[in-house]
Amino acid sequence: MVDITTLAATEAVTEAATEKGDKLSIGEAAVTAIFGYSVVFAGLLVLMIVLYCTGAYFKSKEAKQKADSAAEKTAAPAAAPAPAAAQKLAPGSAGHVKLFDVPDKEAAMIMAIVADKMQKPLNELHFISIKEVK
Amino acid sequence: MDVIETLKTLWNDSGFQSFFVDGGWKNLIMIAVSCLLLYLGIVKKFEPLLLVGIAFGCLLVNLSYFGPGSSDALYHLDLWDNFLDPEHENYHSYGAIMSHGGLLDILYIGVKAGIYPSLIFMGVGAMTDFGPLISNPKSLILGAAAQMGVFLAFFGAICLGFTGQEAASIGIIGGADGPTAIFLTTRLAPHLLGAIAIAAYSYMALIPMIQPPIMRALTTEKERQVKMEQSRTVSKTEKIIFPIIVAMFVILLLPSTAPLVGCLMLGNLWRECGVTERLSDTVQNALMNIVTVFLGISVGATTAASRFLSLETIKIVALGLAAFCFSTVGGLLVGKLMYKLSGGKINPLIGSAGVSAVPMAARVSQMEGQKANPKNFLLMHAMGPNVAGVIGSAIAAGFLLAVFK
Repeated sequence: MVDITTLAATEAVTEAATEKGDKLSIGEAAVTAIFGYSVVFAGLLVLMIVLYCTGAYFKSKEAKQKADSAAEKTAAPAAAPAPAAAQKLAPGSAGHVKLFDVPDKEAAMIMAIVADKMQKPLNELHFISIKEVK
Repeated sequence: MDVIETLKTLWNDSGFQSFFVDGGWKNLIMIAVSCLLLYLGIVKKFEPLLLVGIAFGCLLVNLSYFGPGSSDALYHLDLWDNFLDPEHENYHSYGAIMSHGGLLDILYIGVKAGIYPSLIFMGVGAMTDFGPLISNPKSLILGAAAQMGVFLAFFGAICLGFTGQEAASIGIIGGADGPTAIFLTTRLAPHLLGAIAIAAYSYMALIPMIQPPIMRALTTEKERQVKMEQSRTVSKTEKIIFPIIVAMFVILLLPSTAPLVGCLMLGNLWRECGVTERLSDTVQNALMNIVTVFLGISVGATTAASRFLSLETIKIVALGLAAFCFSTVGGLLVGKLMYKLSGGKINPLIGSAGVSAVPMAARVSQMEGQKANPKNFLLMHAMGPNVAGVIGSAIAAGFLLAVFK
């Protein structure tokens, strides 16, 4: 099973493989180590700056969105006396139920589902308005 | 039929006979080593998913390979020596490996070509949430600091007489990142792969024992008690953009990191983009498991007795331990610096998580922080440096590859 005569040849190849790399002096090794560590630091430092910049952009965008929604909320009470009048009624609005951006078939379906979930006959429920939340 | 002659032939063909010829006793030692590794993997649960495969690969190769004449071996060191010898007719010939190799030779092609480590990185990317790093980019500094062990072990290896390529492969053990260590070693010093892979995975499993004494020695009780503020919430868009930015930036900086960083970030993009859930699921589970099977067993196969049992292996094991310790020290020291600069808002314990080994190192930071202050929850804060360490060790490997390939 074992060819002993070739073992020496294998060891020679092993030694050759070991010797193949360059032998560095201690000074060269120290310079390489310091330089390598610096490259890792520099690379990740620049990446950190890039992340801060993208983070700042997204934070400002988020802050702007929050400010816009806050402004909408504060503007809403002022316009409260005629909110419904300002919004155009969807076709299918009938009786007391006002539909905003909701087709009449969907409104009927929603009313049916609500009645079913509440276990109440539909004619005992009073719907005021149905509005699509966007 | 000549019974005596048949029995002689059977004996000469058997592996038992090989233990008694020149150097055969070394295989017996390696069989004992493989049993010890199996014990550590199964009973002590040291990185069992990889260590059990590595240990069994070690067992298989030492049961079947006794030297270049071992025609029935599962793995042939001599074929791979020829593959690496520029003078030999089979230099860089995968065809020769496919024609003459055993099962483990063929599986090992995936290690040699850098396929398995890259695919493992893809799975790691798909499993990793980079949110803690994106919300706190300072974590990257800790991930960089914790690569100190890589370069100190590299320097130590040169002092102990290793070549530049070998020293680079040994140093990367300090990155505490198995796939990166395997990737770099197969390119620079494939003859050391078995020792380096076993050292890297064993020390990664031993992190809960190696790191805490260093953490307690380098930090004060007051520092360990620091409770960190909750980080901001990261938007989905940021999480999608992050892998694209990192891939572009790191690969342009060090093109040699492309297989590792490219796969890591592709896996993460699949996870975060929200439209490739099937792919993300496959990479995290099925593909990761398949590659782990191939990687473990084929790396274990490189531990043939004639190559593994040497003074070099002992030196590698010692340097690997030093690399791990110094990496932990590097992360902690910069963590302490951040503690001072932030006016005591940053807990220096999260620095030690910069040694990658996701998520084990982050868990150790959490445990030590909670010992000092039971109300302390450092896990998410430590995950930032932890995943930064993965990127840091890939950059360190890319640098060493660029210098020594």
